[in-house]
Amino acid sequence: MTRSKMRAAFGAGAILTAGALALTGCGGGSFDDGGGAASDGELTSSDDAISVLIASSGEAEATAVEDAVAAWSAESGVEASVEIASDLNQQLAQGFAAGSPPDLFYLSPDALAGYADNGSLRAYGDELSNAGDFYAPLVENFTYEDEFYCAPKDFSTLALIINADLWAAAGLTEDDVPTTWEELSTVSQTLTTDGVTGLAFGPEVQRLGAFMAQAGGGLVTDGAATANSPENVEALEYVKTNLEGGNFAYATDIGAGWGGEAFGLGSAAMVIEGNWIEGAMRNDYPDVNYLVAQLPEGPGGPGTLQFTNCWGMAADSPNQQAALELVEYLTASEQQLAFSEAFGIMPSLETTADAWREANPDLAAFIDGAEYAQFLPTQADAAAVITDFNAQLESLAESDPTTILDSVQGNLEAVVG
Amino acid sequence: MTATVTTPRVGSRNSGIRRGEAAAGWVFVLPVILILGLFLLIPVLMALWVSFSDWSGRGSPLSGTVNFVGLENYAAVTTGGGLAERDFGISLRNIAWYVLLVVPLQTALSLFLAVLVNRAVLRGRGFFRTAFYFPSVTSSVAITILWLFLFSQTGVVNAVLAWIGISGPNWFQEPSGIVHNALAGVGITTGPEALTQTDVLGVSLWEWLAGPSVALSAFILMAVFTTSGTFMLLFIAALQNVGVELGEASMMDGANGWQRFWHITLPQLRPTIFTVVTLGLIGGWQVFDQIYTGTEGGPAKTTVTPAYLSYEAAFTRQEWGEGSAIAFLLFLIIIFFTLIQRWALRERGVSKRRAARYEVKGGRS
Repeated sequence: MTRSKMRAAFGAGAILTAGALALTGCGGGSFDDGGGAASDGELTSSDDAISVLIASSGEAEATAVEDAVAAWSAESGVEASVEIASDLNQQLAQGFAAGSPPDLFYLSPDALAGYADNGSLRAYGDELSNAGDFYAPLVENFTYEDEFYCAPKDFSTLALIINADLWAAAGLTEDDVPTTWEELSTVSQTLTTDGVTGLAFGPEVQRLGAFMAQAGGGLVTDGAATANSPENVEALEYVKTNLEGGNFAYATDIGAGWGGEAFGLGSAAMVIEGNWIEGAMRNDYPDVNYLVAQLPEGPGGPGTLQFTNCWGMAADSPNQQAALELVEYLTASEQQLAFSEAFGIMPSLETTADAWREANPDLAAFIDGAEYAQFLPTQADAAAVITDFNAQLESLAESDPTTILDSVQGNLEAVVG
Repeated sequence: MTATVTTPRVGSRNSGIRRGEAAAGWVFVLPVILILGLFLLIPVLMALWVSFSDWSGRGSPLSGTVNFVGLENYAAVTTGGGLAERDFGISLRNIAWYVLLVVPLQTALSLFLAVLVNRAVLRGRGFFRTAFYFPSVTSSVAITILWLFLFSQTGVVNAVLAWIGISGPNWFQEPSGIVHNALAGVGITTGPEALTQTDVLGVSLWEWLAGPSVALSAFILMAVFTTSGTFMLLFIAALQNVGVELGEASMMDGANGWQRFWHITLPQLRPTIFTVVTLGLIGGWQVFDQIYTGTEGGPAKTTVTPAYLSYEAAFTRQEWGEGSAIAFLLFLIIIFFTLIQRWALRERGVSKRRAARYEVKGGRS
């Protein structure tokens, strides 16, 4: 390349770069200004259509949400559309970066802190007319730095799912449903036969955390990391002993993708799963008879975990007023019961619990757990700690619970602060 | 012809019939420059900026609220001492084993296949060429799903292993490293303290030496299976350019088939080997699709690759700076290894010792 050609090439590159910087720079600046103002003051209001982005568990959920949003749209006169995400995290991130996020979207508690920190979210919880009707732990789950960010759209808890036929075949009766850890060990041993494991669950804290709760432990207590507490050690020791005994097993170790699959295939007589298993059993394994019981109590009393998502609202949304009304519509009692019927969730409103219990008497154990359910830490970056914890739990049978929990404690302290 | 031919003076752009050619040239390449600049150069530069900034993923990374933080993001993944460093260490451990096994295996296999299907005497050459090439044109997502089935607990691979009395592992759920497994086979289950107590990037040397996990090994087999076809094609093309004269001459000298391949054919394939190894290295270090669609890094993080970690850090954990920093570290690693292998495969002069072998003995007297 001659000197002049080189200069020309550099010149062209520089002009291009400068042009692009100017373009993107301007765009970014104006979005930031708009967003910053909106998240503190009044809700924005305009005639803009509302876009909703959801991650659907399947056809039933997608249709139910689409129908509900369409019904609200017809009633309110505000245009609204639902998009089903193929990768919710990625699509949300793209929307926020481009300054054109969906107005409303499914938001998981572990993503809340990250998006709240960078100002992507509008904290609207306290402005909901039904703000006081939600279960308190759910509100706490979506409260970050003392602000109630978003309305929990529904929730699930873990319970013990028992294969009724295997149960009867092993000579067990309704009185044998385990209520303590000892009984759980005993019945799972009774149910373990060649090719069937007594109790199975996924190799993750999203299941084993229930044992930690039953032992009286938890990952974060009163804002401090308590991962290596004696209670948690005891819980993992208990699980480890039973894994070694062969009466407990990880679903993935007995050739299933998750607990529901192990249960449906009959390779596990009992599993610890949430109420989503009801839909899976109905669709994939309609011939399996099962019953649902509350998880047994541990030395620390009853314990389970709850899982939930909320309706996140974008700080950049130009029509937050209408979005808020849509959230109120979607989380109203009747609508949540309709969702429940369509795809098996539990309503996030405490006031709707009795109606749900009446409609789903066989699944009452799930909603009974709501009173004492714990949830996993939601601090920014806690998700990475959980992922690391899960990676270590996979080899729990060969590892020392204290060592695992000590390393989790170290990681968690860095996050909780 | 005696008349002098007038050649246009080199470098005189502003006169004669060639006037304005340079401008026309620029106009013709402008679309490419624009497209490459807009979709390649600028995004890369922006990513580079993000890796030095505290951009949180909202609005433009070039807006006034984003600050320059120097090497902070790079430090977090290389010296931070926390999870980010350990994850990066684990991902490098995984990918190093992956590349170490995939590149030689796929190069050797593709060369072997090429030699095989290049033989004129082989019946149904076309069929075999197509068969070996087929996996390369299939989507990696489809192959990954196929692999998940083949290597499941009750899959075909384990069924075949069962015929010969081996109880196969639950491939994609097995986090133990194959080197560790082999050592455990001879009774060594814990490493010497020198290895277990020394950490590099938050991962002990003993863990670095664990080898690819069983799950990653399944991915290694898959990579070899899917890429050998493409590289076989390159080798076939190169083999067809190898002249027969040298081979015939060496036959006269009494070289057998293996000697002809090793001393005549292979040296002539050097440029192709360079291409194949380079492409293999780059592709190997950047593995993403298979992990994203297959295991998402599990079991126990043993299939986390830097490319996947970069994606995960940015899109799931909102650590955009860290994600870009990992991407650029990966870029540096790839450049480094490409240079190394360019150096290793350079053309060398024949050494005196070697040359002596070919000298005619007793020629001078």
